[in-house]
Amino acid sequence: MTKRVLMYLNQFFGGIGGEDMASIEPSYKEEIIGPGVGIAAAIKDNAEIVGTIIMGDNYFGEHEEEAKQFILDTINEVKPDVFCTGPAFNAGRYGFSCAGACQVAHEAGIPCVSGMYCENPGLEYCQSIAWVAETANAAAKMRKAIPAIANLVNKVCTGEEILPEVDGYFPKGVRKCIHVDRIGADRAIDMLLARLNDQPFTTELPMAEFDEVEPAPPIKDLSKATIAIVSSSGVVPAGNPDRLQSASAQQWNKYDVTGMDDLPAGDYYTVHGGYDPMYVNEMPTRAVPLDIMRELEHEGIIGHVYDTYYITTGTGTAVANAKKFGEEIGKELSELGCIDGVILTST
Amino acid sequence: MVKEIERYGIPIVHMATITTISESVGANRIVPCVMIPSPVGNPNLAPEDEHKVRRELCERAVHALTVAVDKPTQFE
Repeated sequence: MTKRVLMYLNQFFGGIGGEDMASIEPSYKEEIIGPGVGIAAAIKDNAEIVGTIIMGDNYFGEHEEEAKQFILDTINEVKPDVFCTGPAFNAGRYGFSCAGACQVAHEAGIPCVSGMYCENPGLEYCQSIAWVAETANAAAKMRKAIPAIANLVNKVCTGEEILPEVDGYFPKGVRKCIHVDRIGADRAIDMLLARLNDQPFTTELPMAEFDEVEPAPPIKDLSKATIAIVSSSGVVPAGNPDRLQSASAQQWNKYDVTGMDDLPAGDYYTVHGGYDPMYVNEMPTRAVPLDIMRELEHEGIIGHVYDTYYITTGTGTAVANAKKFGEEIGKELSELGCIDGVILTST
Repeated sequence: MVKEIERYGIPIVHMATITTISESVGANRIVPCVMIPSPVGNPNLAPEDEHKVRRELCERAVHALTVAVDKPTQFE
């Protein structure tokens, strides 16, 4: 019997528009759209895509409750057998909304499939509730992502066994009871011997990697503290003198604002390619709030605003790069010896 | 970036709109902001009302730096 698949896409893959349409409210269309076309062709023996939910990335981020209600209402109306989202590649907001959408479907008892890049911040939320195919980091690799997602949809429809190593998805963290020939003690000794002999072995229980940073101690006297502003909003002086990238940043920059109480529109603007720049270009301090921080300084609420702000572009930026930027900025601030705290704004 | 800067022992507050991402990457002090394309500002408000909102957010952020936390904490 043909199964019913409901697709979920953002405004971009839904063909509505780019960043300028990222706030668009959700809609449902009884159509096969964007990546759905390729997926539909690859699953046609088992399933059909009955319709597509399209929602703006920012709408989901800013109206999560309404967004989830819309998804739930659509699910109740359409009654799909499988819920399919993405692929979101390395798009953070999209990955996050795919995860949220899958959560709604998962709670409604509908199996979910998605596709993401390993660094997508939505993955952590999505991988335990959906089969998330591993994709490349950019939509240029759509042609590889579609078969991976379609394969998972097919297997969900037919009830075939799905395994991370065979089907190329991120393990869901589900433990299954299986029969093996040798008891645990024997297998553990084999592993130990292999390890002692520098031979390869595969653990049966990979340990989760936690990377937590101990919270730094609080500032004791704010009125004497010097606060630095760091931002991933891409706000630079007009002309972008250091050629900060608009996406996939390779660098961070810093700009001296000694004696300045504001970042006037026109003199500063954002080069960030991942959000609609209208509001920030109108008032760059909506992203780098120098004016308000100066107010707090003049009124003695804080001691000083550090006279240099640090800036990069946080869209499509590799985690490894973001880590490096943080290390470099942190090192510099720490070596200055006078910085007591940091505010970091993100768009 | 937030985490790596904090590793140097400098308290840092993340002002961000999608706080779930902020929490999942491990920011310890988080102030939820207005909207993605305008975190510290609300262009839908009249200038004086917007100023009030912006001021309130920044005061909350610097206040967060004075509070001891032991895990990711949102200051709302």
